[in-house]
Amino acid sequence: MIENLLDPVVLFFLAGLIAGVLKSDLRLPESIYEILSIYLLLAIGLKGGAELHESQLHNVISPAAASIVLGIVIPVIAYFILRRLGKFSRPDSAAIAAHYGSVSAVTFAVVLSFLSQIREPYEQFVTVLLVLLEMPAIAVGIFIARLKTTSGPLRVGTLMHEVFLGKSLYLLAVGLVVGYVLGPHGLLPVKIAFVDLFRGALAFFLLEMGLVASNRLADLKRVGAFLVLFGILMPLISSVLGCVLGVATGLSVGGTTVLATLAASASYIAAPAAMRIAVPQANPTLYITASLGITFPFNLIVGIPLYHQMAIATHSLLG
Amino acid sequence: MEKRKLVTIVTEENIEQLVINDVKKLGAHGYTSVSASGEGSRGTRKGDWDLNKNVRIEIVCDDSTAHAIVEHLMKTYYQDYAMIVYLADVEVLRPQKF
Repeated sequence: MIENLLDPVVLFFLAGLIAGVLKSDLRLPESIYEILSIYLLLAIGLKGGAELHESQLHNVISPAAASIVLGIVIPVIAYFILRRLGKFSRPDSAAIAAHYGSVSAVTFAVVLSFLSQIREPYEQFVTVLLVLLEMPAIAVGIFIARLKTTSGPLRVGTLMHEVFLGKSLYLLAVGLVVGYVLGPHGLLPVKIAFVDLFRGALAFFLLEMGLVASNRLADLKRVGAFLVLFGILMPLISSVLGCVLGVATGLSVGGTTVLATLAASASYIAAPAAMRIAVPQANPTLYITASLGITFPFNLIVGIPLYHQMAIATHSLLG
Repeated sequence: MEKRKLVTIVTEENIEQLVINDVKKLGAHGYTSVSASGEGSRGTRKGDWDLNKNVRIEIVCDDSTAHAIVEHLMKTYYQDYAMIVYLADVEVLRPQKF
């Protein structure tokens, strides 16, 4: 855990968080957030695509299937916990559940950064799992929310457009395809921009994310103790599922750590945008605070090294 | 100079496109939109990341279109989204445009 804290990426996040909590006037220009998020999504996709170019595609099939299963099972479990134990309304429970089933690309980038720092190898196709895990949970969340409710007609067209052509999935997918077509050699001309500068940009982005997350901390009181607890326990439950499925589908310790982290992470780009349109009755303060104010910092600081240990343990138990 | 109505909508950026589509369907000939940040009954919206942004959409149109827009927005969005709408009288030089 101490090792993880000494990663510049995590320290930058803490720096942003502290600046926000202490009300420093540090504020990055709005365009920086946008530029960096576009850059990171594209770079994650390109890097993943180039690595995919060199890997055996048939190896990806069972982990990919496992990802889709996780994307469906996690929101269902989350929904029942929130609805039965937390007594949240159906729309609120469904919308929060969708966030926990979907993934955070930045958390994914941080786990890869962590694994390369500790020199733990992982499968080259993991970016495919990221792309696959983003979608199903959002669909499950919308489905649960709209069961038995009589809210207005679902604007399927707008929603599909929001999800599939929303920047996060589009940039990841485009990067993946371009990276795959070009391969590592074809990407050489842009390697300096998209590979070498990646960790610096990620650290810079996390400074901003620390500030954004600190703004969410003010809402912790409003969302209540149950949701705060949920924001920590749900990723733990999900990561256990991720570890078991990772080992069961033949992933290495590194790959299992990635799958567990993906399972544990909660979306804060694609899911909120989709939920706001598909489930307008759900209170956005609840899902954004849980995902961005609790789960994201938890995963970054405590979760990732913990999931790595869990992956090792699961491998020695089941492997 | 002829009188027209200026409809100003301040709402979440997330639903900007939905609102614009609706407004056009109700007969507006055009609109202007700018990013905004602010504070209201649904909390502060600092505009610091994607889902925390507001937009201000302005439409100049005739009286009946303006009222149709207001009615529709109130019915469709007021309950679940952060939105305010207000009207003002304006004078325009080229009435056929609006």
